Amino acid sequence: MTDPPRIGVYVCDCGFNILGTVDVPEVVRYAATLEGVVAAREYKFMCSDPGQELIKKDVRELGLNRIVVASCSPWLHERTFRKTTADAGLNPFLFHMVNIREGVSWVTADKAAATEKAKALIRGGVRRVALQEPLEVRHEPVNPDVLVLGGGIAGIHAALTLANAGKKVILVEREPSIGGNMARFDKTFPTLDCSSCILTPKMTAVKDHPNITLYTHSEVVQVDGYVGNFEVTVERKPRYVREDLCNGCLECIEACVYRDRRFANAFDLGLAKRKPIYVPFPQSVPLKPVIDSHDCLYLKLGKCKQTCVDACPRDAIDLTMTPQRLTVQVGTIIVATGFKTFDARRKPQYGYGVLPNVVTALEAERLLSPTGPTEGVPRLKDGSVPQSVGIIHCVGSRDTNTNAYCSKVCCMYSLKLAHLVKERTGAEVYNFYIDMRTPGKGYEEFYKKLLEEGAHLIRGRVAEVTNAPLSKGERGKIVIRVEDTLAGFVRRIPVDMVVLSVGMEPQADAPEVRRMLTLSCGSEGFFTELHPKLAPVSTATDGIFIAGACQGPKDIPDSVAQAGAAAAEALALIDRGSVEVQPYAAVVEESLCSGCQMCLGLCPYGAIEFDREKKVARITEVKCKGCGVCVVGCPSAAIDQRHFRTKVLLEEIAGVLA
Amino acid sequence: MQATVQETRFEPNIVALFCNWCTYAAADLAGISRMKYAPNVRVVRVMCSGRVDPSFVLEAFRSGADGVLIGGCHPGDCHYKEGNYKAMRRFVLLRQVLEDFGIEPDRLRLEWISASEADKVRSVVNRMVEDVRKLGALHWRVG
Repeated sequence: MTDPPRIGVYVCDCGFNILGTVDVPEVVRYAATLEGVVAAREYKFMCSDPGQELIKKDVRELGLNRIVVASCSPWLHERTFRKTTADAGLNPFLFHMVNIREGVSWVTADKAAATEKAKALIRGGVRRVALQEPLEVRHEPVNPDVLVLGGGIAGIHAALTLANAGKKVILVEREPSIGGNMARFDKTFPTLDCSSCILTPKMTAVKDHPNITLYTHSEVVQVDGYVGNFEVTVERKPRYVREDLCNGCLECIEACVYRDRRFANAFDLGLAKRKPIYVPFPQSVPLKPVIDSHDCLYLKLGKCKQTCVDACPRDAIDLTMTPQRLTVQVGTIIVATGFKTFDARRKPQYGYGVLPNVVTALEAERLLSPTGPTEGVPRLKDGSVPQSVGIIHCVGSRDTNTNAYCSKVCCMYSLKLAHLVKERTGAEVYNFYIDMRTPGKGYEEFYKKLLEEGAHLIRGRVAEVTNAPLSKGERGKIVIRVEDTLAGFVRRIPVDMVVLSVGMEPQADAPEVRRMLTLSCGSEGFFTELHPKLAPVSTATDGIFIAGACQGPKDIPDSVAQAGAAAAEALALIDRGSVEVQPYAAVVEESLCSGCQMCLGLCPYGAIEFDREKKVARITEVKCKGCGVCVVGCPSAAIDQRHFRTKVLLEEIAGVLA
Repeated sequence: MQATVQETRFEPNIVALFCNWCTYAAADLAGISRMKYAPNVRVVRVMCSGRVDPSFVLEAFRSGADGVLIGGCHPGDCHYKEGNYKAMRRFVLLRQVLEDFGIEPDRLRLEWISASEADKVRSVVNRMVEDVRKLGALHWRVG
């Protein structure tokens, strides 16, 4: 492109978002004086159709060959205006976006200073765009297979949606069974559907679906590649039971040399016991036992009669199994890794872990489950049925000492637990809440129903849960001390059992997952969506989508809705067939390359090879992700980066300062 | 009354080289959250802090910057795996070179700011503007 630059500068008011803090007419007047600028205009909303039309018209009539739009962040509208530029007949990379909203008007109090800053950034942008070169976007095919990470309700729903659309899905679940937390619940709010009755058919459908490959007891350990072409390494932990041979008769569990169940079952949060060889719960999918190598005598000590091996009619038990790694190729990834609950020990004033009959809500779910340790009737540690139960909301939530955010689901599940406890035990139930938050279809009605059922609702943040009695009536009880903020005095309520409604937190290993997938997260650690409103399941990494509680606290309906949305986004990519890869790759100027090979070790993607014949470095463009690390590292300045060329960036830097 | 005070106050020019994935996104978040910070900083977006060539920093000082701020992802969080480590090593070396040139090394700063740390953008920029204001103008224009 040797034509002298004819630049159009378009400054957006963004309603009052920019105009309110930046003197846009003054900025436009200034922009018109810059070298190479042929047209400078102000418009209310540049991203609107008429705004974009303005650019196209000027290109047509004034023969512009470069475009600068000063408006919001390139994260929001760079694609929009590149397309406008292309529609106007120019190469889309002859456009540059200057951020004067997020970068100027929204962060500056003083109007004069904001105006000067906007001018400086536009000056840099104009000088930069004059040196930009036309580039071609590369199209890469999209592998139609999808990886779903996590087999809770969100992952299950996403996998089934995709599989039903005819796509091959690889579903990886860390636990020995899919089902996630939903499998732990007895009933779900507000309809009191039986959780198993609605979940189990979906779990079975996953197992039976010809398009789904299910890897349970497995973890994704490495992800390479880019949108459309990911290479994923899955580690299958040894189950010590061969899934291909086992038919789920469970004879082996009966035959184990341990007669008693004496090891804590993680699925029951340790409330129930299991043998070293076990299935986590009766509806497990796959219904194949797993052996815990920490508990199994043979695997721990090398000495055991191996009665399980003898009992298996199909020789499915293989105590020599080792972790296996396999690689799969997929085009898109849906992350549905879920949540963990707040550790109630962090609120020592509530007595969890000290007072035996203080349990968390998740434990209460198990106590209320027909397949749980008490077969659906909550019992105290002494085996008796509680006469009175206190449910404390917001444990760890809405609290600047722990988690400042509201976990969204706790009010509703606390009401559900209140209903179930009352139904199963006839106990008096007291709910202690700060605010009752029940927005959602049928949720407020459920709350009303609970009031009619005679649940006691006390507004106030509980100060303390104690077993120190102050009166005869409190003896042998757990006492909840709370300021009843509606009645206006402090109350002491003796109960037999306390349920702590703990909030939702990111999984403990969310940071590792985030790094592996190059996702970002908010300050509380949940994965961040690309846009909170308009791209709620997309992430900053193309081709990776998020669904369910790994993105933030949410209930089952919202998780399922998000999973469907994530599946649809993946389908849209797959059916388009190809993805655009930004042409920001590094390039070697062979005549300058001394063949020192310094760059080879710098590239994190192994994209640089040494051409032994020519004795120069060579970059494989499909492998290069465009970070530019090698550009800086080249001692002979033989490498440059497209669109971020050294001379272009130097010009922008000089421009913002001139 | 206040205007006379402001007129005499030195307003430093600061160039910020922010990586696309973490610090630039954090600066966007600061905007979305309507956080106000000192207007002295001019952001230039690069894909990775590992793309920051020492010559960018020298060019900025040569063109009238009184300070340069490099922002990247936290160690271990780099979108390109390890570009920020490269940035860190180059930064240490460059500060020594600057000192040899007679430029106070504190005029160059490297900060790890993740996409969620909008508040850190505000505090880092404000602090840097104050610190550079104390150092005074650089006057290193060459040629």
